[in-house]
Amino acid sequence: MNNFDYFRPATISDAVAAAAEPGAAYLAAGTNLLDLMKGGVTRPNRLVDVTRLPGLDRIERLPDGGIRIGALVRNADLAHDPDFAKSYPAVAEALLSGASAQLRNAATVGGNLLQRTRCGYFYDVASACNKREPGTGCAARDGENRLHAVLGWSVACIATHPSDFCVPLVALDAVVEIEGRAGRREVALEALHRLPDDTPERESVLEPGDLIVALRLPPEARGFSAHARYLKVRERTSYAFAVVSAAAALRIEQGTIKDARLALGGVAAKPWRARSAEKILAGCNPDAAAFRRAAEAALADAKPSGDNLFKIELAQRIIVRALTLAAAGTPERISALPASPLSAIPGALHDA
Amino acid sequence: MNLSISLTVNGVRRDVELGDPRVTLLDLLRERLDLTGTKKGCDRGQCGACTVLVDGRRINSCLALAVSHDGAEILTIEGVARGNELHPVQSAFIAHDGFQCGFCTPGQIMSAIGLIREGQAGDDPERVREGMSGNLCRCGAYSGITDAVLDAQINVSLVEADQRRSA
Repeated sequence: MNNFDYFRPATISDAVAAAAEPGAAYLAAGTNLLDLMKGGVTRPNRLVDVTRLPGLDRIERLPDGGIRIGALVRNADLAHDPDFAKSYPAVAEALLSGASAQLRNAATVGGNLLQRTRCGYFYDVASACNKREPGTGCAARDGENRLHAVLGWSVACIATHPSDFCVPLVALDAVVEIEGRAGRREVALEALHRLPDDTPERESVLEPGDLIVALRLPPEARGFSAHARYLKVRERTSYAFAVVSAAAALRIEQGTIKDARLALGGVAAKPWRARSAEKILAGCNPDAAAFRRAAEAALADAKPSGDNLFKIELAQRIIVRALTLAAAGTPERISALPASPLSAIPGALHDA
Repeated sequence: MNLSISLTVNGVRRDVELGDPRVTLLDLLRERLDLTGTKKGCDRGQCGACTVLVDGRRINSCLALAVSHDGAEILTIEGVARGNELHPVQSAFIAHDGFQCGFCTPGQIMSAIGLIREGQAGDDPERVREGMSGNLCRCGAYSGITDAVLDAQINVSLVEADQRRSA
């Protein structure tokens, strides 16, 4: 790990000023950053420790029915907050399907949004990687790429965004509050992450010094609580990143879908909102034919970036499963294996 | 830059001059405070051997910068027994053969104590397994570990109820 200056600001404005300098990075829990620094993947010359900034660790229910989550709220605390878990069950399930209990106890909301891809070539400093070192090429294109992107990728980069949390959030129109050198602004979570194009090193719209201070869900997001699921296919049932995941949320009235939300994880460099599928579902009966049509629309623009054609069909099946389970109703309690499409009972198979 | 920190480790206040901001909580415990019960396995947050409780919550000490935890209360494997009386989780690991080589055991035990405090798993073995999935055991003692955690949970509850009565 390269050496760095450590700075612990007392105020948000001090933090922004310190982090705006070239080579500076914010430190929250550090569960991703320290890993990257140990591997020499990132080499900040200054860490601005935001963990003691006041007022960023609260979950506030807003008068309009929305909710505001401070950037320093820990993943485990948010997932286990009773009102939050009841109102946004797919978000709680996504949180609990990610990482391990130890990491969820430490990792923050803001950090989760800004975690880096787990592409093995990004982590391997001996490999070419346009994201890590612009202009060096992409070793993943001709490498082990069965887990890489099928949507929104470019010749320069085929990495995926690894977050589970972001997938239902983007489906529910989450908004990110950002404090920067020019004051406070808001960005829809859907617009926070950038697709790679020819600048994969620019992963978000954040400018130097920008600090995510909170995340908000609008009042309408609560309206999906009766029919919301997150499903995640992974290579191990626990403590693994998604191969493909889907967040599905429905508002069903008198047997008809009034409003549908759908987003995918593990398929692109950003959490992927499937708006074309949502349009198809609105006004339909919640049945298998409608779900399959929606799934096909969601993946209509998908193309393999390597040895990953299977992810396109897999994503469609997981969408159908997630919609089917959402339509059946949010379970009273998150299952023992959160977001798992597989049963915990030996020999049993789900057949949705 | 002030890199002096003060921690309470197993109930004892420790003032440390770090000298270098790169020191992780894990390396501080092992190399500076000679508390080598906490193990360094992968050093990348994947194996769980370095699990300790920070302010009552289990975390991976290898992914925590010591300087960022100034003022924290740390509990390590060295601090869980009371004199010669083992912690109920330690006793349960022995009773259920919850280890073979023992390298992952301090992390397993600290993680189990954290899991029991979190109170999410109840008596469901599947929830215990899921809650302990951040701790790898390459000897494959998982079956005994799950039994130990389920068993210890009952005794920890009894011990804590006793402590509440006597308090």
